[in-house]
Amino acid sequence: MAKELIMDIKDFSFKYAGAPKPSLMNINLPVYKNKITAMIGPSGCGKSTLLRSINRIHDLYPNNEYTGEINLLNIQKNEFENILDIKKENEFIKLRQRVGMIFQKPTPFPMSIYDNVAYGLRLSGLKDKNILDEKVEKALKGAAIWDETKDRLKESAMGMSGGQQQRLCIARAVALKPEVILFDEPTSALDPISTKAIEELISELKEFVSIVIVTHNMQQASRLSDFTAFMYIGELIEYNKTDKIFLNPKEKLTEDYITGRFG
Amino acid sequence: MKRLMINKIVLLLSTFAAIIGLVFLAWILTTLFLKGIDAINWTLFTKDLIDGGLRNLIFGQFVMALVATIIGVPLGMLAGIYLREYGRGVYVNIIRDLNDIMMSAPSIVIGSFVFVVVVVPSGGINGWAGSIALAIMLIPIVVSTTDNMLSLVPTELREAGIALGGSKHKVVLDIVLKAAKVGLMTGILLAFARIIGETAPLLFTSGTNSFWTTNLNNAFPSLTVSIYDLANFPTDKARNLAWAASFILTITVLIINLVGRFITRDKG
Repeated sequence: MAKELIMDIKDFSFKYAGAPKPSLMNINLPVYKNKITAMIGPSGCGKSTLLRSINRIHDLYPNNEYTGEINLLNIQKNEFENILDIKKENEFIKLRQRVGMIFQKPTPFPMSIYDNVAYGLRLSGLKDKNILDEKVEKALKGAAIWDETKDRLKESAMGMSGGQQQRLCIARAVALKPEVILFDEPTSALDPISTKAIEELISELKEFVSIVIVTHNMQQASRLSDFTAFMYIGELIEYNKTDKIFLNPKEKLTEDYITGRFG
Repeated sequence: MKRLMINKIVLLLSTFAAIIGLVFLAWILTTLFLKGIDAINWTLFTKDLIDGGLRNLIFGQFVMALVATIIGVPLGMLAGIYLREYGRGVYVNIIRDLNDIMMSAPSIVIGSFVFVVVVVPSGGINGWAGSIALAIMLIPIVVSTTDNMLSLVPTELREAGIALGGSKHKVVLDIVLKAAKVGLMTGILLAFARIIGETAPLLFTSGTNSFWTTNLNNAFPSLTVSIYDLANFPTDKARNLAWAASFILTITVLIINLVGRFITRDKG
């Protein structure tokens, strides 16, 4: 099993700037390569906070405190590196190219569909027009949105539907060939049909990337994920294979949550 | 019953107050329109003040407002970006409050300040001093609109840029400013409309000039200052010229404002 790990979170605690007590306490969570790990739990349990620690986007705001380790596999060196040691801006940028993120609401940039996908590639220093064209096409195909967009690449992304915008955001993340993609409730602002399309896309993506998804929707977690972590008030209560969590939870709290007794 | 009564009374009072305000506005505009239309003719735009026209004054007013915009917009936008995107802690709010105070500072005070700081050392009134005074009026307006417009850009958009490997300044330049573009343009246009009709900041700084000039080192022609002078003149010809000038100024400000509002409504 250990060989297939892409990430290993150890004794991780997190405190927001100015908060009286930590929002996350002693989290231990493995993330397996090319698998989907779901994080579930009631509002305020810390699942989004944990997700946002993995690409260290919390660092956009000063004075948050991290302790413990979030070890991410460096595939070239085949060894784990603790991303909490990162201090320099260019290392942050590299981390975020390796760990992509999709948000709750679609976040298309106010530019053309093409430029949206090319944005991250250009930031990474890619300038060659032909290679850009190629990578944009590949990313849009990878996010199953090429057929809808190939004739309107120069049009503004703001004119797309919510579901299309979310798939565009996925294409934008995929274009950078990340090792991990973090999904923060990616379908909670979408209709059922768009939700289905995004879910199918996420299942297909795990062939190339490892996925961590936060969701409020327990059916979504059980449909999509291979592993599930149940969190409650800043602690990880139970982690296991998804079918075990849903069919045979060990903890009373997990059972109460998934059977809808609270949450 | 009692609540309905109070509701009716308040409605009546506020309608009455609104009518008073509107009556005066309509009065000013109709007087201006009637007197202005009479005084307007094509030669006003082809002759300078010395020959009984307004050409140099319109040009001068526009140039000073434009120079003020060129000086003030970059400064104001940078300060607004700092306040919204980079500033942290209590002193950001202190700067915001100070900026609000600056925005409501009496314009004659700004004129006097520039008189002391620029006009006296440079040895006399000139166009640059007028532009600087207008820029000082413009900057707090631009700071405030930039700050407000950037606050309307959703946080997720910034985070999405960062999450794709953008550095903070790249995200601000490429994404945040682009997302706020329409609002920022409108803000600049409205700020321009605000300063183009100012008199007090120009009174002791640029003064005005009856002759055609493009040299900002001289006393510079100003439409508003000339309106002030002409209105005090004892001849009908001068007064008519003042009415025409007021009419042109009001129409200009009105058009800029309407264009600004139209842009926001169209794309907003």
